[in-house]
Amino acid sequence: MSRMEFMQGNTACAEGALAAGCTFFGGYPITPSTEVAEHMALKLPKRGGVFIQMEDEIASIAAAIGASWTGARAMTATSGPGFSLMMENIGYAVMTETPCVIVNIQRGGPSTGQPTRAAQGDMLQCRFGSHGDYGIIAVCPASVQEMFDLTAEAFNLADRYRVPAFVMSDEIVGHMRERVMLADTVETTPRRPLSPGRLPFEPGEDGVPGFPEFGRGHAAHVTGLTHDERGYPDATDHAAHEKLVRRLYQKIESARREIADYEVTNPDAEVVFVTYGPPARTVWQVMHDLSDPAIGHLRLRLVWPFPEFALAAFPDAKVFLMPELNMGQISREVERHVDVPVVSLPKLGGELHTPAELKRALEVHR
Amino acid sequence: MSAADWQRIDRLPNIYCAGCGNGSVINCTLAAVEEMGWTRENTVFISGIGCSSRAPGYILTDSLHTTHGRALAFATGVKLANPALNVVVFTGDGDLAAIGGNHFIHACRRNVDMTAICMNNQIYGMTGGQGSPTTPRGAISTTTPYGSAEPVFDLAELAVAAGANHVARWTSYHVKELMAAIATGLQTPGFSLVEVMTQCPTNYGRRNRLRQVSDMIEHLRTHALLVQKRDRLIREGKPIPEGMFVVGELVRRHRPAMGVRA
Ligand SMILES: Cc1ncc(C[n+]2csc(CCOP(=O)(O)OP(=O)(O)O)c2C)c(N)n1
Ligand SMILES: [Mg+2]
Repeated sequence: MSRMEFMQGNTACAEGALAAGCTFFGGYPITPSTEVAEHMALKLPKRGGVFIQMEDEIASIAAAIGASWTGARAMTATSGPGFSLMMENIGYAVMTETPCVIVNIQRGGPSTGQPTRAAQGDMLQCRFGSHGDYGIIAVCPASVQEMFDLTAEAFNLADRYRVPAFVMSDEIVGHMRERVMLADTVETTPRRPLSPGRLPFEPGEDGVPGFPEFGRGHAAHVTGLTHDERGYPDATDHAAHEKLVRRLYQKIESARREIADYEVTNPDAEVVFVTYGPPARTVWQVMHDLSDPAIGHLRLRLVWPFPEFALAAFPDAKVFLMPELNMGQISREVERHVDVPVVSLPKLGGELHTPAELKRALEVHR
Repeated sequence: MSAADWQRIDRLPNIYCAGCGNGSVINCTLAAVEEMGWTRENTVFISGIGCSSRAPGYILTDSLHTTHGRALAFATGVKLANPALNVVVFTGDGDLAAIGGNHFIHACRRNVDMTAICMNNQIYGMTGGQGSPTTPRGAISTTTPYGSAEPVFDLAELAVAAGANHVARWTSYHVKELMAAIATGLQTPGFSLVEVMTQCPTNYGRRNRLRQVSDMIEHLRTHALLVQKRDRLIREGKPIPEGMFVVGELVRRHRPAMGVRA
């Protein structure tokens, strides 16, 4: 039985995780993400799951990764400073192909920055923050409903591709209260188990190996060192390393279309806003106020892997406008893929762009 | 099944130098798990980074070779998510006490049901012999070329103070006692630390006038002070001889523990 509730984004995020069958949460308190942990602490024990407050964020993600190897859907939630601490183990999750969900309720950085103010300043860190080459998946909710829906979806993506999946939210959506439809259960795509006769890190045709869950007699050796398909370290052979890293990269990049999640409004438009997360809300207001079919909107619900083909949904676009709560982190990604000007509209300090600001930008750039 | 059945034969030869103490520790551990009647299916070995932390890669079970210092945090996730699994952690002095120090004390405090075996060679072996938090004062390492000036951590005492249910220390010379101590650790609900003083001839002995492996083992043997003897010396008001370290069982107790199989 689904139910309608009025709740905070962070709570909806936790509810989405629970609906997706998350049974393990390891975390460390940090504003503005703490409510995710608090809600999991309230709910998980009653459902036979495990909540544990670890000694720091390094340990939090480590515990989540460990739990994932027992087959659990596992997650952690944090914000900027904790996210920075997690970077080494995020790389470990990538290298060992451990499904897990990492929620980042972004706040102003660098450093301790603005603990109670929103930002989108970790968008490149989530993609590139750990050392080495790799790919990950990142969703960006713009509403409380999407905190529920996209968190649940992040678990499916993590399991499907055996990769850390990020819920890159922010203080605005995390602390906003809205009406949300909570489904009791959501559609889940279970982790594909290791088939008999297959090696623990032998990829299927999609580049994703079956999962050798601990305790099932697979005797899987899991290491962050470069390894072969048996999982055995092979840390000096250039061919082994190239093969592994290319596969980790390609299994995500080659599935871009399958993974993509975006909305196109007014595809014939000449001036097109591109947004992810809460700046979409200001664009909605502007489009509502102006109701002008020459203004388009590409709203990305998922930013990584970047769905560059979505930009082609606007063949008549003469300019792309990108309001972001950072110095233009994703506008550069858009620039790489289009021949027309891309105008970055950075906003720092924790507030959304006002509709007036975006209307002014429209006047200047159209 | 015998202890040999636990070995991942196709990964031999291992990376250990001739005369390294880690092999004895692995053998004692496998003998202990075998004695417990544990199966390969329900046992997981977890480690951080270092020569010591390579041990799980030579054992034919599920194993998680993680990041430097973090093994206990990963192990906490494994054990709490599935208490039916037996969890054993291999770690080194740098892994456990330097970069992993915070996870170490919190693992002891939580008393999550697992056994951590620390191969304390008093040096960073894998990276070529830098000083660690257990490198003795005055000892030469590549980062203490004039002799280490820092006081050391007593890992076993630290674990006792932090709340672990079982703590013992032996050396790679005392294989029988070591095996028994590991078996006790495996049986004790809650967190167990078994610290093993081991020899690193390549990166410690060479630089510290212990040129032969036999010199190092002799050093371990002659500097080990039985805990009962230490207690007697204290009772008699006599001094503890310089350079000795205590061996034996330092604590076995039943504080509340986490992740204990129902
Ligand atoms: C974050 C991080 N810092 C540094 C290193 C390099 N490193 C690898 S092993 C090691 C020290 C290992 O010493 P110890 O834990 O005593 O293990 P041993 O090799 O002596 O068994 C270091 C510093 C690393 N792998 N990761
Ligand atoms: Mg060492």
